[in-house]
Amino acid sequence: MSFWTRHQILEKNSIVLIVGILAVIAIGGLVEITPLFYLKSTIEVVDGVRPYTPLELTGRNIYVREGCYLCHSQMIRPLRDEVERYGHYSLAAESMYDHPFQWGSKRTGPDLARVGAKYSDEWHVTHLTNPRAIVPQSVMPGYPFLADTEVDPRTIADHLRTSRSVGVPYSDDQIANAVDDLKAQADPDSAGADGFAKRYPKAVVRNFDGKPGMPTEMDALVAYLQMLGTLVDFKLYNEKANLR
Amino acid sequence: MNQSQSEKWMTHGEAGLAVFFSAAAFLCMIAAAKALDAAFAFHASLGAAASLAAAFVIFNRYIDRPAAWPPQEIDGRPNYNFGPIKFAAAISVFWGIAGFAVGLLIASQLAWPALNFDLPWTSFGRLRPLHTSAVIFAFGGNVLIATSFYVVQKTCRVRLAGDLAPWFVVLGYNFFILIAGTGYLLGVTQSKEYAEPEWYADLWLTIVWVTYLLVFLMTLVKRKEPHIFVANWFYLAFIITIAVLHLGNNPALPVSVWGSKSYIAWGGVQDAMFQWWYGHNAVGFFLTAGFLAIMYYFIPKRAERPVYSYRLSIIHFWAIIFLYIWAGPHHLHYTALPDWAQTLGMTFSIMLWMPSWGGMINGLMTLSGAWDKLRTDPVLRMLVVSVAFYGMATFEGPLMSIKVVNSLSHYTDWTIGHVHSGALGWVGFVSFGALYCLIPWLWNRKGLYSLKLVNWHFWTATIGIVLYISAMWVSGILQGLMWRAYTSLGFLEYSFIETVEAMHPFYIIRAAGGALFLIGALIMAYNLWMTVRVGEAESTALRSPVALQPAE
Repeated sequence: MSFWTRHQILEKNSIVLIVGILAVIAIGGLVEITPLFYLKSTIEVVDGVRPYTPLELTGRNIYVREGCYLCHSQMIRPLRDEVERYGHYSLAAESMYDHPFQWGSKRTGPDLARVGAKYSDEWHVTHLTNPRAIVPQSVMPGYPFLADTEVDPRTIADHLRTSRSVGVPYSDDQIANAVDDLKAQADPDSAGADGFAKRYPKAVVRNFDGKPGMPTEMDALVAYLQMLGTLVDFKLYNEKANLR
Repeated sequence: MNQSQSEKWMTHGEAGLAVFFSAAAFLCMIAAAKALDAAFAFHASLGAAASLAAAFVIFNRYIDRPAAWPPQEIDGRPNYNFGPIKFAAAISVFWGIAGFAVGLLIASQLAWPALNFDLPWTSFGRLRPLHTSAVIFAFGGNVLIATSFYVVQKTCRVRLAGDLAPWFVVLGYNFFILIAGTGYLLGVTQSKEYAEPEWYADLWLTIVWVTYLLVFLMTLVKRKEPHIFVANWFYLAFIITIAVLHLGNNPALPVSVWGSKSYIAWGGVQDAMFQWWYGHNAVGFFLTAGFLAIMYYFIPKRAERPVYSYRLSIIHFWAIIFLYIWAGPHHLHYTALPDWAQTLGMTFSIMLWMPSWGGMINGLMTLSGAWDKLRTDPVLRMLVVSVAFYGMATFEGPLMSIKVVNSLSHYTDWTIGHVHSGALGWVGFVSFGALYCLIPWLWNRKGLYSLKLVNWHFWTATIGIVLYISAMWVSGILQGLMWRAYTSLGFLEYSFIETVEAMHPFYIIRAAGGALFLIGALIMAYNLWMTVRVGEAESTALRSPVALQPAE
């Protein structure tokens, strides 16, 4: 029986054809995806990476909601010009708590993987409100409504809890104090600032939008942008440490 | 079959769906009342309204319909079910024009940012997913559902399986589109490209898609032809693989069942790999396998020639579905994805060139002995040029998947241009060609209202595509080179904003190309509308028995 005659078995039996299709399409995915979950070399162990603070997570969700990832990548490739333009190439560990990842696929605007601490809060607030006030040639949309919208603290503990269920290591303490921490990070003089600093060491506490009162979406987004790429201290990072 | 009026019963499908939709309406109302965010409340209300309407329509249809089922055959000829196909074909034209129009708007926003209006609902970041979903899933998806339901009936010589199920698929799918599209405008997204809809839309799509598979499969199972026609292999691979990809890429945990926001199960590197395994195979199976099925039915039909090579189609089929699945990591070259996965992705992407061109040759060579028809039949020309664009895009793709090339092309407009030579040239043209064939067949017309208008559509759209992709080649390669340009002193030559400024003229040319493509689609819509309204009916001897069906 030739190959072509044998193939008629598939052509004459829809169930066999389905099984054949499933088998053929399964192989590539299984080979490429499953090892990523158990090969230790996929995500090297790096000091400094921590889950997002409640305010940063809120800001990240605004970043997702507004589709910022469609024009800004967060993935610096190990190429000479990128490393010189944006900073150290991105490590897998730096996005290990990202659900979903925000590596992006297009740079209509510059990469943001290490934008944190490069510009002042005021720069970000002005730029987000009207990009062309700072960069006349920019084609970015303005987001003036962020500064007028207060963040909704009601569900933030649930956000942390859900994140923990999908693998982000938030502690019970962090979840229990989520609402306080959300407010404290944008208010350095508040009573909760000390507790926040204990739960998220090294996280920045500032009034990001410069306005008093409840944190706005502008506070949240700027808090997120200002921490991007700042978690790993590359003066101490040893890129040979994970080689085997 | 011969039941009298007094013995009329609800079928299991009718009763089951009526109960299902009544329960769904109730649940949606509760969800709307308890909703934590406005978008979720809006979607729950839409769900409640749609469920109530569905339940009402089912009861109403039951009251109006005769007791007997529609016959499977009339005078020895299959009693084809064209109702749901007509709906999907018509709405695909609507979604296509909407999607192209939004594309033109966002292209213009990149040239003139004031068009964002600084409002949440009109900014580029929310409209871009609306554009991609409208053209891929709303326009392309409805074309695929319409043609697959048509082709599977014709090539199996049986009536479509199911009574309400085909309608459930068509209407349910378009309801998913409505939820997804309005969600983007309201900021509901999980930010996974081409898989942006949130958890509840994903769940609904899963139900609809499984029903789609069952309708298609059950029609194959009861076929009158011994062999399953090659187009149906491709449709089947498309339906099954999209189901697998959808389930693999979208597992998410909602923050609350009364809210729209969820967190995806995968994180970081793994999420990136899942996303592009999905993303590239949405191209491979939605935009390629599905539309190759259209090629394998509509080109032979229109050219009145058999498929060029049966053996080539077997090799084409298995090679393309096996190789495509591996290609995803080429979207992640030089990222934090492990090198071995990138290399695998590149290797298989290059190999993919061969089956892609094998398929192209099979499509083009089907015209052997009928090449003269290209001069007289603009519909066939459209179909054939779509295959030529397919060949071009599937040569460019492997080229761009080579890591060194990708280091230049990635993150630039070259990718956008590549996507559009495939999307406008291949998917767009093959869909237009199929619609130009399908509409007269479905509405029983002798031919199209005007072949001259098809010609106008063809040339307007072709010039539009050429403007679009050449502008993107130049802007993409230019910007890639500017990013890596150094001065003689060893400093980066250009700031980022200088490279943005350099894009401006090309963004205008691209928008002009998109406008021409949109104008072409409007010409098509007018032509198809006139075909249905004033077209001359096919002679009665050949009239399909659709008129004898009970009202649906």
